[in-house]
Amino acid sequence: MPFRHAIGGTTHVFDDLRTLLARATPFRSGDALAGVAATSAAERVAAQRALADLPLRHFLNEAVIPYEKDDVTRLIQDSHDAAAFAPIAHLTVGGFRDWLLAAEPEVLAPLRRGLTPEMVAAVSKIMRISDLIAVAQKCRVVTRFRNTIGLAGTLSIRLQPNHPTDDLRGVAASTLDGLLMGAGDAVIGVNPATDNIEQVLGLLTMLDEVRTRFDIPTQSCVLCHVTTALLAMERGAPVDLVFQSIGGTQGVNESFGVTLALLREAEDAALSLKRGTLGQDVMYFETGQGSALSAEAHHGVDQQTIEARAYGVARAHAPLLVNSVVGFIGPEYLFDGKQIIRAGLEDHFCGKLLGLPMGVDICYTNHAEADQDDMDTLLTSLGVAGVTYIMGVPGADDVMLAYQSTSFHDGLYARAALGKTPAPEFAAWLERMGIGPGEAIPASLSPALIGLS
Amino acid sequence: MSITRWSDLRRFTEARVGLGRAGNAVPTAAHLDFQEAHAAARDAVWSALDVEALRAELGPVPVLHSEAEDRRTYLLRPDLGRRMRAADRESLPRTGSTVIVVADGLCASGVQRQAAAMVRALEAEWPVVIVQQARVAIGDDIGEAMGAEAVVVLIGERPGLSAQDSMGIYLTWQPRRGRTDAERNCISNIRPGGISLRDAAAKVHWLLRGARALGATGVALKDDMTAAPLLE
Repeated sequence: MPFRHAIGGTTHVFDDLRTLLARATPFRSGDALAGVAATSAAERVAAQRALADLPLRHFLNEAVIPYEKDDVTRLIQDSHDAAAFAPIAHLTVGGFRDWLLAAEPEVLAPLRRGLTPEMVAAVSKIMRISDLIAVAQKCRVVTRFRNTIGLAGTLSIRLQPNHPTDDLRGVAASTLDGLLMGAGDAVIGVNPATDNIEQVLGLLTMLDEVRTRFDIPTQSCVLCHVTTALLAMERGAPVDLVFQSIGGTQGVNESFGVTLALLREAEDAALSLKRGTLGQDVMYFETGQGSALSAEAHHGVDQQTIEARAYGVARAHAPLLVNSVVGFIGPEYLFDGKQIIRAGLEDHFCGKLLGLPMGVDICYTNHAEADQDDMDTLLTSLGVAGVTYIMGVPGADDVMLAYQSTSFHDGLYARAALGKTPAPEFAAWLERMGIGPGEAIPASLSPALIGLS
Repeated sequence: MSITRWSDLRRFTEARVGLGRAGNAVPTAAHLDFQEAHAAARDAVWSALDVEALRAELGPVPVLHSEAEDRRTYLLRPDLGRRMRAADRESLPRTGSTVIVVADGLCASGVQRQAAAMVRALEAEWPVVIVQQARVAIGDDIGEAMGAEAVVVLIGERPGLSAQDSMGIYLTWQPRRGRTDAERNCISNIRPGGISLRDAAAKVHWLLRGARALGATGVALKDDMTAAPLLE
């Protein structure tokens, strides 16, 4: 069914829902690359007005990617909860924006299963940045493994101690540096330089030793492919969380070498280890706008709508952490600081509204038009929006992945500026260990205890 | 020696550990170190290949250009960086052999400094072409036009804050337009402090022998070459 809207004597026609959503998206390079972006500012606002007039019910009748062709569409449609949808079933997309902005925080959580990713993406397209922040701030998502993540007034940090050759002592040194700066309550998570199983086993063992030696109430993760994690679990390795990159179409997930069934198998395997103490949220997903286009699996759908559909995949599980690696994929998808900032806040808003523990890797590569000032702006905005966690990378410079993210210092800044604390169990641990400012390393965290001497 | 201060941790890693603190921020010197490294990485992205300097080393080899007019277009349109200009296509000689393509990629300085030495280290009589504003897959286009048995693309890698001189090598057997990344083998991080030219050259020859036996490069051709030390 085509959609129409007239502006200044010109009638703009949009052939179907995916076209309407794509033309309504604030400009970004990836949608232009895919050939789905609006070709003028007038066309964009016409699409936004037409979208605002669209009843939310329409999203239950028209899929952006056909049900028969895509398992993510099937997952989204088959799991829609009509009862949860009832309170907003009478609204248009525009009316939904107004409703969200006026809503009391406690009405948002019961709504989650009644929302589809496409509805959430749609409403974000007609929101300003302050709207994305204000509504996300009202969403509370709490998860547990060995600590409690996502409580009001907390901001957690993933300690990311990567090393170009996975040198165990190098990783341990960065880990210690992060712990001394209050990072690591979300997870101590290493991106391995290769997916080699022996190397992954070595890292898993070392991280588990650091955690148990210092008795840290947190979890570790080696961000290898899900099939490698399954192999590691078969070999009895200490796997806390299973990591996987996911996307919002069947095709992009295939390009990552995963299926919905494989993700389920991995979650079951990790659950069977029963390693959590406070909870059993065992999955860690990463996403990012542009991956579907990169895999040529986007079906003419804009990159932000597909990103929201990736959250549809994530919420079929009980993840401890979900992370949009917003600026990593490159300038052909998000060209500059302005596009990265908007995308990061959209991703956080969409994920939170769908009920996910959203973190953001606030980051950029050197071929994007961005710098640390852009990261500071996005970090502060996300902190106000109540982001669940951010990255902590030594000096903001990842020496393995060759990109810039947020540093341990940035985490301290954000907590101080916004009056946030780490996860409560972790905050108590920091106090117990005597960790605070100063150049000396407390004896309780002696590097010799983890083999650094 | 005992490790008692944060800055002692720097002994174990090139990561920016033990930077100290000014309030919650990094001290001025560490802040400006970062800014300087970022500036170098940014300049490396926007640096242009000095084609004449390269030809002085490589000889009068053909110089081609992708369909991406300039750097900004190159960054925004990876599809254009994968195709060579139609006029260039007709200018190329046919050859049955392997072809070496020297491409600027995301950082010209890596190939500027190392490509000619790499070609010498390969010790092979393969034709060489230079191409500007190029992505990896332009090797498929060039190889197809030249009727190449295989293409060896030497390309500048995305610069990081600690390395702006890294070169990658991509091998594709029977290159032709439409090959996917899963059909290539890659040797990355060739730079001083990374993989040496000699080791990279040995690996290229090893992979090409494997490709010839298998009739393919890519995921089917596993790099299980007996590990010589990769770091010198």
